Amino acid sequence: MKEVKKSVPKVDSIGLILGKPAYTDDLAPKDALIVKVSRSPHAFARIRNIDVSKALEIPGIECVLTYKDFPRIPITRAGQGFPEPSPWDKFVLDEYVRYVGDEVAVVAGKDEKIVEKALESIEVDYEVLEPVLDFEKAEGHPSIIHPEDDIEGPYDPKRNLAAYYEMSVGDVEEELKKCDVVVKERFYTQAQAHVMMEPHSVFSYLDLQGRLIIVTSTQVPFHVRRIVARALDIPIKKIRVIKPRIGGGFGGKQAIHGEIFTAAITLKTGKPAKYVYTRKEVFEATYTRHPMRIDITLGANKDGILKVIDMEVLSDTGAYGEHSLTTLMVSGSKTLPLYNKVKAVRFRGKVVYTNHVPAGAFRGYGAVQGNFALESAMDILAEKLGMDPVEIRKKNMIKEGETSPIFKIMGEGREGAEMVIKSCKLEECIERGKKIFKWDEKFKKRRRNGSRVRGVGMAIAMQGSGIAKIDMASAVIKLNDDGSFNLLVGATDLGTGSDTILAQIAAEALGVSVKDIIPYSSDTDLTPFDTGAYASSTTYVSGNAVKLAAEKMKKLIEEEGAKKLGVDDEEVVFDGRVVKTKDGKSSITLKELATILCYTENQKQLVASASYVPDEAPPPYIASFAEVEVDEETGKVDLIEYVTVVDCGTPINPNLVKIQVEGATVQGIGMALFEDVKYDKRGRLLTNNMMFYKIPSRMDFGKITVDIVESYEPTGPFGAKSVAEVPTDTPPAAIANAIYNAVGVRIKELPITPEKVFRALKMKSEKISSES
Amino acid sequence: MRVEMTVNGEKKVFEVDPSDTLLDVLRRNGYLSVKKGCDTGTCGVCTVLMDGVPVLSCIVLAGKAHGHEITTVEGIENEMREFAEKLAQEGADQCGYCSPGLVVMVYALKKMYSNPTEEEIKKFLIGNLCRCSGYQGQMRAIKKFLGVGE
Repeated sequence: MKEVKKSVPKVDSIGLILGKPAYTDDLAPKDALIVKVSRSPHAFARIRNIDVSKALEIPGIECVLTYKDFPRIPITRAGQGFPEPSPWDKFVLDEYVRYVGDEVAVVAGKDEKIVEKALESIEVDYEVLEPVLDFEKAEGHPSIIHPEDDIEGPYDPKRNLAAYYEMSVGDVEEELKKCDVVVKERFYTQAQAHVMMEPHSVFSYLDLQGRLIIVTSTQVPFHVRRIVARALDIPIKKIRVIKPRIGGGFGGKQAIHGEIFTAAITLKTGKPAKYVYTRKEVFEATYTRHPMRIDITLGANKDGILKVIDMEVLSDTGAYGEHSLTTLMVSGSKTLPLYNKVKAVRFRGKVVYTNHVPAGAFRGYGAVQGNFALESAMDILAEKLGMDPVEIRKKNMIKEGETSPIFKIMGEGREGAEMVIKSCKLEECIERGKKIFKWDEKFKKRRRNGSRVRGVGMAIAMQGSGIAKIDMASAVIKLNDDGSFNLLVGATDLGTGSDTILAQIAAEALGVSVKDIIPYSSDTDLTPFDTGAYASSTTYVSGNAVKLAAEKMKKLIEEEGAKKLGVDDEEVVFDGRVVKTKDGKSSITLKELATILCYTENQKQLVASASYVPDEAPPPYIASFAEVEVDEETGKVDLIEYVTVVDCGTPINPNLVKIQVEGATVQGIGMALFEDVKYDKRGRLLTNNMMFYKIPSRMDFGKITVDIVESYEPTGPFGAKSVAEVPTDTPPAAIANAIYNAVGVRIKELPITPEKVFRALKMKSEKISSES
Repeated sequence: MRVEMTVNGEKKVFEVDPSDTLLDVLRRNGYLSVKKGCDTGTCGVCTVLMDGVPVLSCIVLAGKAHGHEITTVEGIENEMREFAEKLAQEGADQCGYCSPGLVVMVYALKKMYSNPTEEEIKKFLIGNLCRCSGYQGQMRAIKKFLGVGE
């Protein structure tokens, strides 16, 4: 392979690093109206009356919109395939406000200061309602968060249930009776904030044909187009969505947020309009990860063969049910098949509405939560059996050539797709990781230095590659008159480098240099359809579409070359530079052929296109090892070393794979140790800026080593699978397991703060002294 | 009010509101390498140099910059192209949004330290947050650029 498995720099790197105008706010027209949103100060309230007259009197204010100005059409903001598996339980604006930060009115004016003044002058008379702030008390709570009758899709809104799911294989209760050892534990995972560095940003304007152009920092341009069209009741064909470079997403931009507001302002005023979220708004009024409570029961026989997994989940979707059902299902579907040889497996779960910031998509999406519970419980089981935690996993985990009934039963919001695992080097990942980490030397050898004790732990994980039978990606390749190619893809590069790796895939399939591929992505007028960048889909799903289109283009070049050389199609081959006859007697360079096709003979534009819908979602795998140092006097945990080894099939661009793994790992470390979205008792967000909500800095962890074990996924482009999400899954359990190994306390509630460790240590020592 | 400052070696006069931050004024006047990230002086994406010293332009009032020399990435592009290439070779820019702030800081680091240790580099850059890369690739690129050991 010439152009894949090569660490080509990202096509956009130099421009971005040197600060060239590239992001939404950099590109917005200078005269755009500034849009801001008046937000609810109450966690739950009904608007009795709203008076915007004073705001409208302020010179420079052009437009104020309240719920009375929008058509009452239920939507979901979740950027998912249509029809969305998320409930349509949101109106652009509504007379109810359901969390502190929920939208009340949209104001547009000539500059920020004027608009801010106008926001303050809006008078709202609220009927304040009793909020639901404890997700374990949400079901059946007297306050009904969605009492309205014109929403569609929530499971049982009158009982505050956004979604529900259950499935089982075999008889869990009966099998548990036969088990020698049973572990039954409850875990909690917190809300985590995405904190992508670029806040959500959007601008819109009308073009010369009167069409609405929306330039937005999004992961899902085609879903934005569809949802805005539905919400504002305008035809899809009247809208064009363009995604410029975007400053990170991680799922937080897999939804519409500001797009509807600027669009509505532009349609109303005819003027360009821009909305850049403040960081406070990003925290208060976009998305978090779904917090979950997970009850897990494992049953095994005494030689360590796992017989039963039973998982019961309660998930908090906040005020709106975006991604509620799918995140719930993924917490099972992307964890349970890891141990595929059990006699019985059951998964049950409910997703409740609360008056919290809506939860939404976030890298790892359910799998992180499920993995923390499953991989912590596996450690507890290993200890009960007196087994090495690595050995118990190796005994039970999924292998190449095997399957799991879960693949077929649990999809995303519906049935999944059968799959036999064609590539799995998890065992090799474990062995490689053990060696780099020196597991055998470190495990069972607690090292003490005064009050500080070191310990080690590990976890394994799987993910998927896109969503089988739902995702769709397409690509168009066009030959230029100098022999270069435009590659047009709907796929969305969030900074991951997908434009670059898709160009590498096209180059490899065509046999040309990646320098001759010009990628252009994410423009609903100019690029073909793609469901978007989420669910670890782009390399696998969009990559397959690109490969198919490039293969078609290669064939077209050979056909045209054969014509020019006056031979049959089968007589020629294209080697990336020239089309030549197999006997080597005559040839024409691609450049010559391309020029001729454009200007002189047999003139035509060569264009090839292809679409791809995956039949399955082959999992990438990861094995991660953590060494911590716990201070018994303070409960403080330092992550000393973290080794993580991934099987993502063929790494199309090894450097970009490595960075994805490093970045995802650090996000997982933040989730494990300190990131936490916190509210006060009235539902106001306490962590609404980056001083109170901390993401890892470069000083917050020790040595991280990433390694890749290559496998070859036959259904993937040149053997590739996904990589973006799976490394996020393991840090919470690996670190929790290491803390237990160090000091013998099991923290089952994320994040694992010094307070929690300290309290647990205190309880442990009190228990020991009362027993002695 | 009128403020005068030298931006990237050019004398400039800006009409500003007393409450305008240096970040707002720079962006409004086309210095778009300076990014807005957190509004609280926490994330580092708005870093510029004031008289050669790194400052967070989102918490510096524009009036405070009166009479001072401001440097943004636009002004050190030639000196820092090599670093940009090193960072790109590692794939460590990812979304790129925090990169210009990092470039400014690495420029200052190079001027202030002759042979920094990894610990010194980390401490110097602690205020430059990145949510994509996990910092490892940045460190590899910085070490190569500064010619300090692996």
